[in-house]
Amino acid sequence: MRTRATRILGWATAVSLAVTAVLALVVSPADVNQKDAVRLLYLHVPTAWLAMYVSFGVTSLASALYLWPRTRSRFWDLTAGASAEIGVVFLGLTLLIGSIWGRTTWGVWWTWDARLTTTAVLLVLYLGYLAVRRVVADPEVAAKRAAIVAIAAFLDVPLVHKSVEWWRTLHQPASLFDERRLLDPQITGLMLLTLLVAVLSFTMLYAWLLIHRFRLAWLEDRAGDRRMDIALAERHAEANLADAPPVPAAAPAAPAVLETQPSLETTS
Amino acid sequence: MWRDAALVAGKDLRVEARSRVGVNQVVPFALLMLILFAFALDSDREVLVKVGPGLFWVAVLFAALLGIQRSFVIEADDDARDALRLSGLDGAGIFLGKAGAVAVQLIALEMVLAVGVIVLYDLRLQSPVLLLLTCVAATIGLAAAGTVYGIIAAGLRVRDTLLPLLVLPVLAPVLLAAARACDAALAGTPSEGWPWVRLLAVFATIYVTFGVVAFGALLEEA
Repeated sequence: MRTRATRILGWATAVSLAVTAVLALVVSPADVNQKDAVRLLYLHVPTAWLAMYVSFGVTSLASALYLWPRTRSRFWDLTAGASAEIGVVFLGLTLLIGSIWGRTTWGVWWTWDARLTTTAVLLVLYLGYLAVRRVVADPEVAAKRAAIVAIAAFLDVPLVHKSVEWWRTLHQPASLFDERRLLDPQITGLMLLTLLVAVLSFTMLYAWLLIHRFRLAWLEDRAGDRRMDIALAERHAEANLADAPPVPAAAPAAPAVLETQPSLETTS
Repeated sequence: MWRDAALVAGKDLRVEARSRVGVNQVVPFALLMLILFAFALDSDREVLVKVGPGLFWVAVLFAALLGIQRSFVIEADDDARDALRLSGLDGAGIFLGKAGAVAVQLIALEMVLAVGVIVLYDLRLQSPVLLLLTCVAATIGLAAAGTVYGIIAAGLRVRDTLLPLLVLPVLAPVLLAAARACDAALAGTPSEGWPWVRLLAVFATIYVTFGVVAFGALLEEA
């Protein structure tokens, strides 16, 4: 069953994360230049991967599928929302971890490097998307609106990236803080293996979180519908009760209403 | 579509011309920002000349927010949005008309602000062609993206707080590109500015297309 499969996935994720922790903290070697700080790599890269590519990719795809009339269903809307929430959390973690790493290796918490700036704008874009999702409206309308915002945000990402990239390269080459130079030559062997295991574990974590978040959203959705059904049924029942006392037929309108009014109140 | 656009733009501009909210409130607000920037950064001539183009575009951006909000407030009164929906006008035409009206107002605002930065910050204009094209491309992008998000936020109770959160990150590339292009123009190195103008043109094209395609659906939902 679905729940059993998710439980297995959950355990597999937990084991995989534990293996990642051992590989990252014990087995893999410290870096020549960065010493133990390099171990942050095994958190920083997977969280960035999970947030930027997997989560926001799924959000964009699900939003597009929602907008496509043939595949329109609550399923895609809820998936898009659930995925974006996970993405925002992990993008925040990416920035936090990156900031700590930057402080230990570069000596600064933040630098206006192209990648960092794009990431920060991306975070705000998707916070806006979540804010739109939170606005109370008719579910259909809200879903369509959210999907369009997601697509518009997705269109903006390459533009943001291109602009900040040019901004940094045209003005002050930030070669000192070039991540590629710091990372590239060193990643081989055991470090590469650790990184791959970490990315795999975080992808599994994403899948597990997404299933649970989606299920919660689905239940919330159902509960909302059910509450509405119950409320409707109750109102109908009240109306039936109110109709129950026989209304005198063909009586002159005004006095009849005056007479029946008190009796209505006592019965209900 | 173009006829519808001209009708809607004409209507919006007439409303603005008669209500004078733009002239009486938005333009003074933008000029006020120029003065406040000088307070915040110290009115040192060198500093203001250096950061002038950036401040100019920040002022335009915030004033544009007001313009966009205004553009949809006038549709909120007397259920004008329903009338617009029932009018039988083409969705794409309505989008182009509303965005066009916002763009015309922004261009006028930019001219006033340009005089402002020349007088207050002592900027000397150079490479007028680059400056002009930057303004045109950036304004079209601002107006198009702003109108798309304006209709998304319109009619919501939280629209005043939601719109800036939605639209400002999207407009980040416009601010960056327009400020850099103007920097390059004023520094006398126009060749550095052209890639930015191309980026602005790409941004404007994407959001005009997006608006033309999606606006009809958005108007129905709003």
